[in-house]
Order: sequence, then structure tokens, then C-alpha cells
Amino acid sequence: MAKIIDRKRLVPNIHMIEISAPDIVKRCKPGQFVILMPDEKGERIPLSLADWDEKRGSITCVFMVVGTSTQKLSRLRSGDDIPVCVGPLGKPAEISKFGTVLCAAGCYGIGAIYPIARALKQAGNTVMTLVDAKANYLIYWEDRFKEISDKYFVSSRDGFFDCKDYIPKVLKDVLKDNKIDRVISIGCTYLMYTCSEATRPLNIDTYVHLNPIMVDGTGMCGACRLKVGDSTQFACVDGPEFDGHLVDWNELFYRRKSYFNDEIRSLCYWEREEKPRKMTKEKR
Amino acid sequence: MGEDRKQLSPELKEQLRKAFNEEWRKELRKSIPAKERMKMSRQDMPQREPDVRNKDFKEVNQGLTKEAAVKEAMRCLDCANPQCVRGCPVGIDIPSFIKLIEKGEFSESARKIKETNSLPAVCGRVCPQETQCEELCNLKKATGVPVAIGNLERFVSDYEREGGKVHVPEISVSTGRKVAVIGSGPGGLTVAGELARKGHKVTVFEALHVPGGVLVYGIPEFRLPNDILNAEVDYLRKLGVEFRMNFVVGMTMTIEDLRKEGYDAFYIGTGAGLPNFMGIPGENLIGIYSANEYLTRVNLMRANQFPKYDTPVFLGKKAVVLGGGNVAMDSVRTAQRLGAEEATIVYRRSRKEMPARAEEVHHAEEEGIKFHFLTNPIRYFSDENNRVKAMECIQMELGEPDSSGRRRPIPIEGSEFIMEVDLVVVSIGNSPNPLIGKVTPGLKIGKWGNVEVDWNTMATSLDGVYAGGDIVRGGATVILAMGDARVAAREMHKYLSA
Ligand SMILES: Cc1cc2nc3c(=O)[nH]c(=O)nc-3n(C[C@H](O)[C@H](O)[C@H](O)COP(=O)(O)OP(=O)(O)OC[C@H]3O[C@@H](n4cnc5c(N)ncnc54)[C@H](O)[C@@H]3O)c2cc1C
Ligand code: SF4
Ligand code: FES
Repeated sequence: MAKIIDRKRLVPNIHMIEISAPDIVKRCKPGQFVILMPDEKGERIPLSLADWDEKRGSITCVFMVVGTSTQKLSRLRSGDDIPVCVGPLGKPAEISKFGTVLCAAGCYGIGAIYPIARALKQAGNTVMTLVDAKANYLIYWEDRFKEISDKYFVSSRDGFFDCKDYIPKVLKDVLKDNKIDRVISIGCTYLMYTCSEATRPLNIDTYVHLNPIMVDGTGMCGACRLKVGDSTQFACVDGPEFDGHLVDWNELFYRRKSYFNDEIRSLCYWEREEKPRKMTKEKR
Repeated sequence: MGEDRKQLSPELKEQLRKAFNEEWRKELRKSIPAKERMKMSRQDMPQREPDVRNKDFKEVNQGLTKEAAVKEAMRCLDCANPQCVRGCPVGIDIPSFIKLIEKGEFSESARKIKETNSLPAVCGRVCPQETQCEELCNLKKATGVPVAIGNLERFVSDYEREGGKVHVPEISVSTGRKVAVIGSGPGGLTVAGELARKGHKVTVFEALHVPGGVLVYGIPEFRLPNDILNAEVDYLRKLGVEFRMNFVVGMTMTIEDLRKEGYDAFYIGTGAGLPNFMGIPGENLIGIYSANEYLTRVNLMRANQFPKYDTPVFLGKKAVVLGGGNVAMDSVRTAQRLGAEEATIVYRRSRKEMPARAEEVHHAEEEGIKFHFLTNPIRYFSDENNRVKAMECIQMELGEPDSSGRRRPIPIEGSEFIMEVDLVVVSIGNSPNPLIGKVTPGLKIGKWGNVEVDWNTMATSLDGVYAGGDIVRGGATVILAMGDARVAAREMHKYLSA
């Protein structure tokens, strides 16, 4: 059992959740994740650590509402309990003095990349942040990033900012104007893929934090396996940070969509059977 | 490796001799002549009908009735030199518990087993008796049909549990020493029980959200219902054992951290949780699972009740399971229960070499499982959605015996053929879970990734840290894990008392 300290919507469809986890907070490092189960019937889902607070004994994750599990998480309130919050899992992100590092992130990845960017800054790097969002009202934690970034860029499609492009275009511009030693990218699979492809011809080290389907998160099941270079790796123990130029993206794309139809069925079932019941209870 | 067929220790021999010479045993022996006993036929285990049971997850075996158990117990000759005990990896006093059944003292009988085996309801169901106690049983030599030792073991432990009169032994006064048991499989649970009884404060740390290890996430309920394990865990709680779930030792805290928190001794029972794959082309296609993932989705996450439970699992029409062990049998029978039109075992050796329990193979056959022997996959093909749709196989023949003593399968050139499949479960074994080894400095790891121990004490290279079960043996058995655990518990108690 783990207690929810706070859960709030950051921007439409993206929430943050703060969970009491006095053990996890003592050992967690940037780039690691936890596995949560929203309720007794829920799935075990991995979420990256977006922040933690040792004094409060709490960890924070950011998630986008897509399927049943995240729907359930998005309805939790302060004081609720969830049956599973286990971690920290996975290898920490590699943090050292690389020189200038560009952190490129979108959707939930904006939260997930934050502790990495912060640690890189503390390690003496020049940190540049590039945040992608469809529209200006989907950007969050701007103040946090500005505080730790030497430069802060946005790619967006709504013309509010001075830009109408998807992230790789802006990324290329940034790379042209600045000498970048390393790129880290977190977000949806497509974003990480396009960022990796953008840096490939320039030979800039690019690391991504992958998000395959997981079950146990401790290397026991192989659900999270993916091809990196010539070998099959388990993302939960060998990753989640991998060299973006070695990942078999095609395989990752289709494996992530393995249960597409089931996810829709599950969501329909939940909307029909569970949600109404939950809502009457909440009203009472 | 711990020898299974060891000669009995002088102490155990002495104990068996004493029990053999007790007055009541002498009288009971005389009450029916051995010749009569040898004429009695083995009591069948009542089972649910194959074409009913292969559609649900309720237990297949229904257990002996009281009358049948007593009759079966009468078959036992109460030998002066009971060979069965030699076949038992933990040396249960088999004739004593069986004769107590004959006498009608079922609770006493259960207690007798528990002197050496803390999970008899589990072992009675999953031990490979036909290659252990029952193989060496003198009655088998005499008549060809051994006493149904496993079924009797199951009977008395079920009797005790269902009667709600589980005997909680006296707990020694608290020693004030703290023990951390890492992993809640049969090994971890055994150590926890033994040391709690000795008055130590035991905490079991488990990575998953339900205790039991392979017994809950691996072995399906049609073979081992969860209630049985829950009862065991309740029993341990009564002994004062604390369970901390969702705690990955090595990640949440290391062994060193736990030492600083005041833990004095450690047992590593983290099992063989690393699934092996074959490394053939197409193995990462959609619809190809490791047995661990497939069984975990169903047994732990209840994917068989999707969408009531959120975790999905593929329902194959043509399901193929690769392998010939218990894990393979459990997987293929699970696929059948989830509605596969055809559920098939593909195994690279012949029927004789299959390591699965004989009863499971027999049950699988009754339930309509197909078997393809001497066959091995070499690659997979996908449909336009990257889902597996076919598997190319090659036929094998058996050559010289390899290091395991089984004849090595050799591919027959030109024998390739294509099999249509839409679900594949790879069940070709597990390796020791590497996590603890990677994060514990000074812990000696062997060449198979196993934690190295001194087999006489189960002590690892670190002071106060012991290990046993699948993490030291690779995939083995429940009873071997429990045997290791008993040795470790004995030594840990010595260590804690020093
Ligand atoms: C499907 C299947 C069927 C089987 N059938 C039979 C059978 O019929 N008969 C038989 O005798 N044997 C059978 N076996 C084998 C038997 O189950 C194992 O040999 C036995 O369970 C090993 O016990 P163990 O205590 O060593 O570890 P396990 O049962 O593997 O338990 C290890 C536990 O440790 C936990 N863990 C791992 N790492 C950590 C960590 N770092 N921190 C905290 N917890 C951790 C795991 O989550 C797990 O719960 C079967 C195995 C499988 C998979
Ligand atoms: S060897 Fe067989 S007949 Fe003899 S005591 Fe053991 S179970 Fe009974
Ligand atoms: S999630 Fe099971 S092995 Fe990674």
C-alpha cells in the first residue's frame, strides 16, 4: 500500500501524482522509474520519476491519460491508497560532465527528463532544454526548466510561439547554432525516434529513455525486451536508457501496440461498468 | 550440488528405527499380514473430467477421501529399512506419517510431516514423487506399484487445514535478533517459518505484490489453488513473521542498507527469475511470450478475467509451447483453458526425456494437448501486423548423452517444415535472477550466474548471508528449495546464537 499525497492536472490530459514512498526516495536517481498498480484489479505500469522530496518522503510522477490504468490514476485524490508502488527500478541515467547537453522532451517526458536535466546541470554541464508541445497551453514546468537551463527552446504547432514545427526541425536548428555534445530525449516513442534520427547524421551521442510494456519490472518476464544493436535487452533492468542510434525502432513501435485492441476493450468496459459506480461513490 | 539420493544420516536412521520399534507400530504391522497389504490396489486420485476441467482454472485433483486415504495407508508395509525416505530430499519420516493415517490420527500425521517439511500441502501436489520417494518404495520393487506417498501427504495437510485446526507450535522466547528473508518463494517461506519458531524476528521482503514466488505467479491454480498458499502465509504471520511486499532488495534497499537497519542475518531466495530465449529470428514478434510472462499475466494479474481485470493476454487459436518441463505443461494447459483450438507442446527430445512430472503429462494428454516430439523451431514469420503467424521447425534425432545424461538432440538436415501458430510460449528454462549479484559487492557469483554457497551450510561469501533454492541451483524444484532452506535456517540459527 502506498498513500497518495497529491494528484493534480498539470495541463489537459497530463497529470502529476505525488506518492508517499519513504524508502524509494532515499535511493532513487535520475532516470529511474517505479511500477504502480492503480487498484487491486489494475495493471502494473511503469512511470518515470519526475521528482522527489526527501523531507516529505515522497516521489512524483507525471503521466498522460491514455488507457484504463492512467484513467484510474487520474481520479485518485489525496489520502487514497494504491496497492503497488515499487522501486526505484532500472538503471539511473548516466550523469557526468559531458560539456553541453540538450534535453529534448515532450508530453509526460517533460516531467521525466526534469531530474536528469537538473542532475546534469549540477554535474557542471551547460544544459539546454527543448520542449515540444502541440500548443502553448500544453506546456508545463516552464519555470522549473528555465531555472536549470542555460537555454530554453520550445517547438510547437500553434503559432503562439515563434515556431510551427515538430521537434526534429527545431532540434536541427539548435544543433546548427550550438555545439552540442550529447542529446537526451524522453517522450512518446515517435518523438524519441525522430530526435535520434535527427542527430544520427551528425554523430551526436543520443540517449533515449524507452517505455515498452512491462509487467514485473525486475527482469523476470521479458515483456519489456527489445532489440538494441545486435542483442535483445530487457528495458527494466538493462535500461531504460539506451543509445537512440542502436534501438530497433520498428520493433519497439509494434511491440508497444501489442494490445491496442485490448486496451480499447478495457477502457470501454471501465467506462461502462466501473466508472459510473466510482462516480456515485465520489459524489456521496 | 546437494545429492538427492544420499545415504541416510546416522541420526535419521536412529530416529526411524526408534519409531519402527514403538509398540503401536508393531501392533499395527501385525494387524494385517504383509501379503494381504501387497494385494491391495492403489487408491486412485479422484479427478475432474478432462473435458470439463480443461475449460476452467479449478483444481484438477480432488484429493483422497478419508476412507481411501486409510486404505492407501494400509498398503504401506512399514518397512524396517524404508527406502522411500532415502528418495525424499528433506528426509520426511514417511512410514511414521503413513502409519498415523492408518491409525486414523490425521492431525498427528500432519504434524509429523511438518517436523521436516513446512509446506506439505504444496509438496503433496507438486513434488515429482515418481522420481523421489515413490521410485524407491519397496512396494514398487515387490509389486510394481508404489504407495501413493504424495497423495497421502496432500491428504493429511488438507485435512489439517480444512479442519481449521492448524497447529501453531510454541515460539521460543524472543532472541532480539533480526533476520531478512529475500524472496517469498517456497525457500524463503521455509526459512521464515523455521527461524520465527526459534524466536528470531523475521521480515520477508518480496518484489511482487503477492507472496509465494513461483507458487503464485508460475504454477496455475488448477494445480495449486491460491488458498493453500494463503493459509501458509497466514500461518507464518501467526508465528510473527512480517511481510514487506513491493520491496526489491538491491533496488529499494541493499543488503548493506538492511544491515544498517539492524538486520543480523540474511537469506537470499530470489529464485530463477530470468527467462531464457532461443535467440532465433523473429522471437520478439507480437504473440511470443516467455513462460514467465504468460503465466504471470494469467496467475498473478488474472488476465483470464480480462476485462474485469485490466491486464490482457493473447488468446491463441493455435498455441504452441516450446519445452518439456513442468513450466511448459502449465503453459500449454493454460492456453487450452483460455480457449485455444489447438494447444501443442513442441519439444526437441522425445517423450522419455521430458522432465515434467509424469502426472502432469498424463493430465495434459487427457485434456487433449498435442505433442510434437523431436522438433525444434528455427525461426518465426509474421503477418502484416507483426503478429506471429507461423514457425519454421526442424526435426531432430537423438545422439550421445550430454552432460545432463539425456541424449543430445541433433537436427536432421532437410527436415524443415512450417507450422501455423498464433501464440508461442517459450518455456526452455530460467536462469538465476542476476539482480542481487550485480548490486551486492563481495557476493560470489558462479559461472551460471548462480549465487555460490558452501553446500554444507548454504553460507555465501558474505558474513551472515545465506542462499538457497533456484538462485543457487538454477531452475530446480520446490522440495530442493525447501531442503536448502532448512539447512540454511539451521546454520543461520547457529550464527545468530553465537
Ligand atoms: C510454472 C512452473 C511450474 C513449476 N512446477 C513445479 C513442480 O510441479 N514441482 C516442483 O517441484 N517444482 C516446480 N517448479 C519449480 C519450482 O517452483 C521452483 O524450483 C521453486 O519455486 C524455487 O523456489 P525459490 O524459493 O528458490 O524461489 P522462487 O519460487 O522463484 O521465489 C523467488 C521470489 O523472490 C522474489 N525476488 C526476486 N528477486 C528479489 C529481490 N531482489 N528482492 C525481493 N524479492 C525478490 C521473486 O519475486 C519471487 O517471488 C515450477 C516452476 C515454474 C515456473
Ligand atoms: S518404502 Fe514404501 S512400503 Fe516401505 S515404508 Fe516407505 S512407503 Fe511404506
Ligand atoms: S518488465 Fe518483466 S522483464 Fe522487464
